[in-house]
Amino acid sequence: MGIAQSSHLKHLESESIHIIREVVAEFSNPVMLYSIGKDSAVMLHLALKAFAPSKLPFPVLHVDTTWKFKEMIAFRDYMAKKHNLDLIVHTNQEGKAQNINPFEHGSSTYTHVMKTEALKQALDLGGYDAAFGGARRDEEKSRAKERVFSFRTKTHGWDPKNQRPELWQLYNARVAPGESIRAFPLSNWTELDIWQYILAEKIEVPSLYLAQRRKVVERSGTLLMVDDNRLPLLPGEVPQEKMVRFRTLGCYPLTGAVESSATTLEEVVGEMLVARSSERQGRLIDHDSAASMEKKKREGYF
Amino acid sequence: MNKPLEASATQLIENYVAAQENKQLLRFITCGSVDDGKSTLIGRLLYDSKLIFEDQLASLESDSKRFGTVGEDIDLALLVDGLEAEREQGITIDVAYRFFASDKRRFIVADTPGHEQYTRNMATGASTADLAVLLVDARKGILTQTRRHAFIASLLGVRHLVLALNKFDLVDYDRKIFEEIKQEFAALAASHDFESAQVVPVSARFGDNVTQRSNNMDWYDGPTLLQHLETVEIKLSDESHENFRFPVQWVNRPDLDFRGFSGTVSGGRIAPGDEIVVAKSGQTSRVKRLTTMDGDLVEASKGDAITIVLEDEIDISRGDLLASVKSRPEVSDQLAAHLIWMSETPLYAGRTYLLKCGTQTVSATVTEIKHRVDVNSAQHLAGKSVGLNEIAFCNLSLSQEIAFDPYEVNRHTGSFILIDRLSNATVAAGLVWFGLRRANNIHRQQLTVSKQERASQKGQKPCVLWFTGLSGSGKSTIANALDKELLRLGAHATLLDGDNLRHGLNKDLGFNEADRIENIRRVGELSKLMVDTGLITLVSFISPFASERKLARERVEEGEFIEIYVNTSLDICAKRDPKGLYAKAKAGEIENFTGISSPYEVPETPELTLDTEQQSIEENVAQIIAYLREHQFIW
Ligand SMILES: Nc1nc2c(ncn2[C@@H]2O[C@H](COP(=O)(O)OP(=O)(O)OP(=O)(O)O)[C@@H](O)[C@H]2O)c(=O)[nH]1
Ligand SMILES: [Mg+2]
Repeated sequence: MGIAQSSHLKHLESESIHIIREVVAEFSNPVMLYSIGKDSAVMLHLALKAFAPSKLPFPVLHVDTTWKFKEMIAFRDYMAKKHNLDLIVHTNQEGKAQNINPFEHGSSTYTHVMKTEALKQALDLGGYDAAFGGARRDEEKSRAKERVFSFRTKTHGWDPKNQRPELWQLYNARVAPGESIRAFPLSNWTELDIWQYILAEKIEVPSLYLAQRRKVVERSGTLLMVDDNRLPLLPGEVPQEKMVRFRTLGCYPLTGAVESSATTLEEVVGEMLVARSSERQGRLIDHDSAASMEKKKREGYF
Repeated sequence: MNKPLEASATQLIENYVAAQENKQLLRFITCGSVDDGKSTLIGRLLYDSKLIFEDQLASLESDSKRFGTVGEDIDLALLVDGLEAEREQGITIDVAYRFFASDKRRFIVADTPGHEQYTRNMATGASTADLAVLLVDARKGILTQTRRHAFIASLLGVRHLVLALNKFDLVDYDRKIFEEIKQEFAALAASHDFESAQVVPVSARFGDNVTQRSNNMDWYDGPTLLQHLETVEIKLSDESHENFRFPVQWVNRPDLDFRGFSGTVSGGRIAPGDEIVVAKSGQTSRVKRLTTMDGDLVEASKGDAITIVLEDEIDISRGDLLASVKSRPEVSDQLAAHLIWMSETPLYAGRTYLLKCGTQTVSATVTEIKHRVDVNSAQHLAGKSVGLNEIAFCNLSLSQEIAFDPYEVNRHTGSFILIDRLSNATVAAGLVWFGLRRANNIHRQQLTVSKQERASQKGQKPCVLWFTGLSGSGKSTIANALDKELLRLGAHATLLDGDNLRHGLNKDLGFNEADRIENIRRVGELSKLMVDTGLITLVSFISPFASERKLARERVEEGEFIEIYVNTSLDICAKRDPKGLYAKAKAGEIENFTGISSPYEVPETPELTLDTEQQSIEENVAQIIAYLREHQFIW
């Protein structure tokens, strides 16, 4: 298997490691957001590299909405054990008690309560002054505008019109008590870079990324996986088995599958090389309203 | 069954990687005056390079209907102007980074804003660029903002410039206009130090000469913009001639057996066995290992994030710069540097900021504004202050020595940012011109009698009691009463009154902002001398700005500065008006009068707050005496 690390990937890797180290050196209480997907996998791998032979000098945080794919949770626990991670799992208990879910409350309310609010709770609870996220600038238009060290107010708000200038590799790490930054070590990676790196470094990812026969229903043009019996079927909907994989992983009711026959990572990347549609299409939250990502980020979403 | 498929997928990827591997990376920006078409041009490049996916195209079409500035057509600028405010206003506010590749090169492009207000975001994009595409609207020609961007690009070390003469569709693809602006541009480019300067006439909106040769301008026989970007020769800095530089980011110490220094090589190369020096301490050692998670390296070069293990146990921590022994960086606590000022609050000489250079952070005072630069003519202007987006050449004095190189020699070790200590905002980008030797020549005279000895002779611990508050709040009255009480108690004190100093030491100073800062600097220095003499030093001084009180606080040692906020409301002060000043200020006869036409920033965490409205002067004095006793300044 001969997919070597290119000089391009080496450059990206070094830049990310530099960012991760800078955060650890400058902040007193950092945390890494771990969302179990491919970007998180790469980010975690880079962090392990940044501090070897030392142990990861910060905890990893997973915000569990209770609607993740079952396999994601299993994979998370497996990784935590394998790398001896200090794993923190947080769920918005109020939201859970009210049974906030994407079907009755709509994806926008659901995302706000179970993701954004949950994340803010977890960050406040831990008193973190820096949180790593795996976002990339090529994902989406407002992400393309975001700094590597992205400043957040005491209430976790982002002010896109007033970002700190970020020249050279000099990151301003000063925050007042209660304020924090989100740090994005993968800012300059593209989706293709991520996959190439996963191949070159043999990084483990959940097998949801590989095509398999899975039970799905088609709903407004999107293939949703029937991961458990909580997915309410609409009149006329009959789950069917299809060869599908996921380009991005999130909450199963909000994450669309694509039909594919790629059963190995190489084939996935092969399919990507000829792909004609961008990655976030599979994620329903972006379609709710124009500029929805920016709005969510201003409210504290990653 | 799967095997052949997998083999072919692998083959596909290998071919792809191999093809990418041969492509050189070019980092460029688009810049120029507002609305000249920068974002549209990037949108065009992405669109023509077939990099816009189907769903993105669909949303571009609907966005264009909603926000578009070009009627029924799709507005390509909306591919990059991703923020809500940008789409609503039709302008770029912050840099967007996009990645794309052609058959020949890979590109990282930063689309920067043309609006003057957001110049700092343009500088952000330019700081890492190799080339700048400077846009000019063919109808308008070269504007001040065009020159400003050319200047900033040149200053930041961008060595290649392309003038994209845009909107040719709006001037009937007229050759005469091309020739005219080209001449003017040649003069502009010649006044800076660019290695290459190309002019391409384009229409970003319709795609003429962007990636495809225009049929409308057959008089033009130069390259299209993309052709130029693909072929312009970018000299990679020759690493073998560069000096090894390694700012230590983090000390890696998992256990007693391992001590490594983690960081990113910011110049030259390094291998086991090489001799290195710790720039500031001058200690030397040899590289024993270059470690990574996947085993040791035989060599590392610029840009690599590594961990270095040395032969010897020497004292190294974050902020140290490791360098090759043969060519050491400069070490100084005095710098001359260009500053690009990025804050709405102007710079005045005397202000203190945090300076971050590589991994070193120290406190830095701008001691002198040598000159400002006129972006139109590159001429030097005199000036006591530097406003938003202005460029100035300044001297800085640092609280500690740092190790650095001139920016010309190394962008990484020669650059810094200034951070405001209160707001934490990044207020300036700095480029080191050279270190000033002054610090090396004026050595401090070691005093034979120490501060402690002087103080113990007087049976007290010296300190500064800094009274701040509005005019008429009672600062001087309380300070005088306290002075008298201290005398009675047998303590040794002195009283510096802001008003009185203005008649002597500071009589050359006026009331504009620069002079006020100098005023407070002198009072701060003077109170330090008094403290060194062992005295309890009372200072009565309106000192309305938190940053200035902080400046005074930092002159003396920790614990020696006691900020006393004389808390009297504006109403009461104005009613008391002992000197009749409030009446004059309200009548507009006094400019910059604190509380009326100039702000007073209430101290957030003063050591003491005095209530003059409910308490008598005697009670105020007793409160201070109690504080001094409790903290053992007097006993
Ligand atoms: N006719 C014509 N219009 C153009 C051309 N290029 C840009 N425009 C229009 O000029 C306007 C401004 O374009 P932008 O791309 O937003 O300009 P900009 O330089 O990015 O503006 P800022 O980033 O805000 O400084 C838009 O309405 C564009 O459609 C061109 O080649 N021809
Ligand atoms: Mg623009």
